[in-house]
Amino acid sequence: MGRTIFDKIWDGHAIGGPSDDADLLLIDRILLHERTGGVALKSLSARDIPVSAPDHVFAVMDHIVDTFPGRTSKTLMPTGTEFIETTRAGAQAAGIRLFDLDSPDQGIVHVMSPELGIVLPGTTLICPDSHTCSQGALGALAWGIGSTEAEHALATSTLKVQRPRRMRITISGRLGPGVTAKDLALALLGRFGVGGGAGHIVEYAGSAVEALDIEQRLTLCNMATEFAAFSAIIAPDTATIDYLKGRRFVPAGGDWNRAVEDWLALSSDPDAEFDTELSFDASGVAPMVTWGTTPQQVVAIDGAVPAADDAGQTGAESRERALRYMGLEPGTPLESLAIDAAFIGSCTNSRIGDLRRAAEILDGRKVAPGVKAICVPGSSTVKRRAEEEGLHRIFQRAGFEWRESGCSMCFFAGGESFGPQDRVVSSTNRNFESRQGPGTRTHLASPETVAASALAGHIADPRKLAA
Amino acid sequence: MEPFTTLTAVAVPLMRDNIDTDAIIPSREIRSVSKKGLADGLFAGWRYLAIGGRDPDPGFILNDAALKNARILVAGENFGCGSSREHAVWALAEYGFRAIVTPSFNPIFRNNCLANGVLPVILDRAVVEPIARGLGAAPGSFLTVDLEEQELRDEVGGRWRFDIDTEEKQALLSGLDPIARTLQQSSAIASFRDRDAQARPWAYSSIGRS
Repeated sequence: MGRTIFDKIWDGHAIGGPSDDADLLLIDRILLHERTGGVALKSLSARDIPVSAPDHVFAVMDHIVDTFPGRTSKTLMPTGTEFIETTRAGAQAAGIRLFDLDSPDQGIVHVMSPELGIVLPGTTLICPDSHTCSQGALGALAWGIGSTEAEHALATSTLKVQRPRRMRITISGRLGPGVTAKDLALALLGRFGVGGGAGHIVEYAGSAVEALDIEQRLTLCNMATEFAAFSAIIAPDTATIDYLKGRRFVPAGGDWNRAVEDWLALSSDPDAEFDTELSFDASGVAPMVTWGTTPQQVVAIDGAVPAADDAGQTGAESRERALRYMGLEPGTPLESLAIDAAFIGSCTNSRIGDLRRAAEILDGRKVAPGVKAICVPGSSTVKRRAEEEGLHRIFQRAGFEWRESGCSMCFFAGGESFGPQDRVVSSTNRNFESRQGPGTRTHLASPETVAASALAGHIADPRKLAA
Repeated sequence: MEPFTTLTAVAVPLMRDNIDTDAIIPSREIRSVSKKGLADGLFAGWRYLAIGGRDPDPGFILNDAALKNARILVAGENFGCGSSREHAVWALAEYGFRAIVTPSFNPIFRNNCLANGVLPVILDRAVVEPIARGLGAAPGSFLTVDLEEQELRDEVGGRWRFDIDTEEKQALLSGLDPIARTLQQSSAIASFRDRDAQARPWAYSSIGRS
């Protein structure tokens, strides 16, 4: 019987072969950041357990570091320095490559890794970070773990893992103009719920997925963790090969040719069986905006806070809580909601393509008075490239702050957050209570919608502003 | 890791769905590079009256005096979703929780529970909801979680069997360190890796520094 792309990678990494129980998988790449990686390195070192294959491990500062120009190890976050210094010392002692504050390659781990070609198709990659699923966009089996599992992977180059069930979501049609992978990810969460992928590895397939560039695929896969999935994966194709070619840590010479051959052969067999098959039509997707405190509480931008239960996925108590927390009444049109802040950044939407599309909307326009607008490029490389293209001037002239790269106000990174009851339209991935600041009300959307809303001073449809 | 066998303890019902790890422990409460010192930050946004404060909110269930020694948490769907921060489990465990009963867990959170000797118990919503209602009606009631028998019991004769993977069960019962167990297979791992490096040289050559 045919196998899925997931099965092929899994079986190829199962030491002792695949079994009916948990398998011991060889781990090809380990990524660490200073919030959850430092503690893993410290804990191993306290037990005198060495890192088994330091060449396969990469560390970066993104979660605690602040994003102000001229930043140092001393961040706004009380005790933040300890996280940075512990990670730095741990990486140095273990011989792990570190992209430190001042490295030209520093960036959000899931932006930096594809950018440098650390993640490769057909590899296993883990990171103590839930959004590691993003990197499945390149055809890798990449998933998020906790710090203790990271210790195990660092010590042994393996992880003991329960085999997830296999799901394929076939997305037909094509996204309309002004509609992005972010809107697609939110629409899928709205349709299937935040528990929709539970227990599964999700393969995204179909014409709408093939049409996405690699950055958009990263955005789509990014939110698989919000779907409760083990991870997501997209079969590598020529777009994947073109994206990776020439990047720092991809193989060279004969190894490159051999790799490309292996990668292009990596796809689910036509007769592969999935435990769950879903389908979805991309053509009807509009820009999406969340109204509640879980990403499944989402509607099309021209919609209203729903009167009925959102797809039956949320219990009545949770729903009432969300309305109260967000300060909303059922029936309120999303576009009528005035905003206090606009944020473009995070591992979901901070790559060069995201910034280019937002800049196109902002070009020659001004952010509405009273709206705090911030753009945080996903990596130092993205920032440099944007500056070479003059995008920073467009953001700054419009009234956006232009920052150094990092996770920033997706949560509390760098010790910064939005204020109580601030209504923020944000290109990030989580609208949880108090995620972006104590009492802060987050509306998730695409970078285009964030840009259009910043200009309008209320939630606004970017398609109406497109040139 | 402390072995888990049978636990009889006060249980707290917290039947919200999608309780995320930011709610379990907000970022601002993770102050040091340590697995300790997190219990005070547990559910900080709900448990205290003011952000950063420590005055208990009497409306939050964990502040009910009858539930002071709670060690079992009964919660809604998709428990532990969001950030992979293991601090969420460290905070729960340090507070005293050793078992969490819910219709579904986030997968990373569930593995983090197993890594810290906290037993994840999955039961149907139709089972969990009445249990939670019973606990709500009689605050301070006990539940018993029996891992060997894979059974949850209440004080009035209710018994529910739960599933858990055999290997995970053994690991919890024994409390053995998983790294030490895997390192016993070091030579098998090394020879697998040697063969793999022949088959997939590209996965190794581009990152070697020697």
